[in-house]
Amino acid sequence: MNPQSNSPTPPATTADTSSGGSVVLAWLVVGLPLAWGVSQTFIKALALFK
Amino acid sequence: MTDNSSSLLDRSRTVAGPGYNRWLVPPAALAIHLAIGQAYAFSVFNKPLGALISGDVDKPASDDWTPLQIGVTFSIAIVLLGLSAAVFGKWLERVGPRKAMLAASLCFGGGFLIGALGVHLHNLWLLYFGYGFVGGIGLGIGYISPVSTLIKWFPDRKGVATGMAIMGFGGGAMIGSPLANNLMNHFKASAPMGVAPTFIVMGLIYLVFMQFGVWTIRVPADDWKPAGYVPSTEHNDLITTANVSADNAIKTPQFWLLWVVLLCNVTAGIGVLETASPLIQETFSDSAMGPGKGVTAAAAAGFVGLLSLFNLLGRFFWSSASDKLGRKVAYAIYFGLGMVLYALIPTLGHNLQLTLFVAVACVIISMYGGGFATAPAYLSDLFGKYQVGAIHGRLLTAWSTAGVLGPLIVHYLSNSRKAQGLSGAAAYQTVFYTMAGLLVVGFIANIVVTAVNERYYEKGPVTIEPGAH
Repeated sequence: MNPQSNSPTPPATTADTSSGGSVVLAWLVVGLPLAWGVSQTFIKALALFK
Repeated sequence: MTDNSSSLLDRSRTVAGPGYNRWLVPPAALAIHLAIGQAYAFSVFNKPLGALISGDVDKPASDDWTPLQIGVTFSIAIVLLGLSAAVFGKWLERVGPRKAMLAASLCFGGGFLIGALGVHLHNLWLLYFGYGFVGGIGLGIGYISPVSTLIKWFPDRKGVATGMAIMGFGGGAMIGSPLANNLMNHFKASAPMGVAPTFIVMGLIYLVFMQFGVWTIRVPADDWKPAGYVPSTEHNDLITTANVSADNAIKTPQFWLLWVVLLCNVTAGIGVLETASPLIQETFSDSAMGPGKGVTAAAAAGFVGLLSLFNLLGRFFWSSASDKLGRKVAYAIYFGLGMVLYALIPTLGHNLQLTLFVAVACVIISMYGGGFATAPAYLSDLFGKYQVGAIHGRLLTAWSTAGVLGPLIVHYLSNSRKAQGLSGAAAYQTVFYTMAGLLVVGFIANIVVTAVNERYYEKGPVTIEPGAH
């Protein structure tokens, strides 16, 4: 999904050239710590089923 | 701070250019929520903080801090979360998410560093001030900072967007708990229980990690809308196209009904979270299940971990589902199904149905998370996007209230039953029936929510505050 701005004048900001790669990278930055935390919790939860 | 650096923080410098991919915004929000969600893992410090003098968690010295004294730190943080979210909400709407996220990162990371000094000096008041007061302000500002931005980027999927961010708050505890344990193990030879250096390292890690959110967050241009997005023309009383300011919102009955809804949802959820470990161990003990078949402390910790997972998943699942179901229906499910399941818990415990007991608790806690995550979208439906972050901030005072009220109710009811000689599921029976009763109150509060009266609407088009564009 790559929605476009309808702004008549581009806002005064840094150029945002957001490719699919940058989206993947951004999700990895937050996804990896979250995945680590979930895996640690899951391992702990396994004790309930032993 | 130079003029140039301050201008980088201005809302006008965060407006996304043409072609910006809106799926870059949720990771920025998650970076903040994954960090501040650590607060829910504060209990990992309880025993080490109570043994700083003795060095033995099983034999605290007379000068060591008591569990009650340590527990106050978390309570202060949760109270400050609600208060700061309420106080700084309008400021956030004015200055934009980047400046607010930076403030949140400085307060949250700084709170850890001041707390470390308090631990090092064994000064309880400094711990309260650092982690509780300063860190709590970071929690409040951080929690609301990405909410209105996400709603503006995802007008077609408000529940999905806010669910993703608020899911991060649930996930933060899953990262914070093992991280703290690993760090305390690493530092335990160099400092009492390894707590002070752990606080320092965690403060710095979170400060740096939150910068990812600070510097990647973008707000959409005023006239931006998703490609192909056509607002629904179907008339729905509970989804307004008007805007209500934060000051006017708190004058409406709808705001206070939602306040009661959140209060009941959180208080009831705390009923499960506070009792989870002792409840499952006492209910499914060796004496009830047979020698060697009872739930051990390690298995109980696994149960708590499982609840955390469902808390996280529920935030995303239920909030996303509310985009299809509608917010009112979603909350009716949380409370309607919830009250039945809460009332079932003592019976399942009494009948020793462990698997069903665990499954029911997981569904309950998923809806608790869903209640949190659906609130911003509900507010946006009722009050519009104009100051939804500030309105959400004021609503979070219900969370603070529940954070104090919930544990009080749970401990009072369970202790009085135990004083009567009851144990296992019977000791917690009144807790769960009371929580089911609270859900009835929440159910009614949700059902009577109607559209906001037009006299509260902003007259004419609303504009973003000065400095915006």
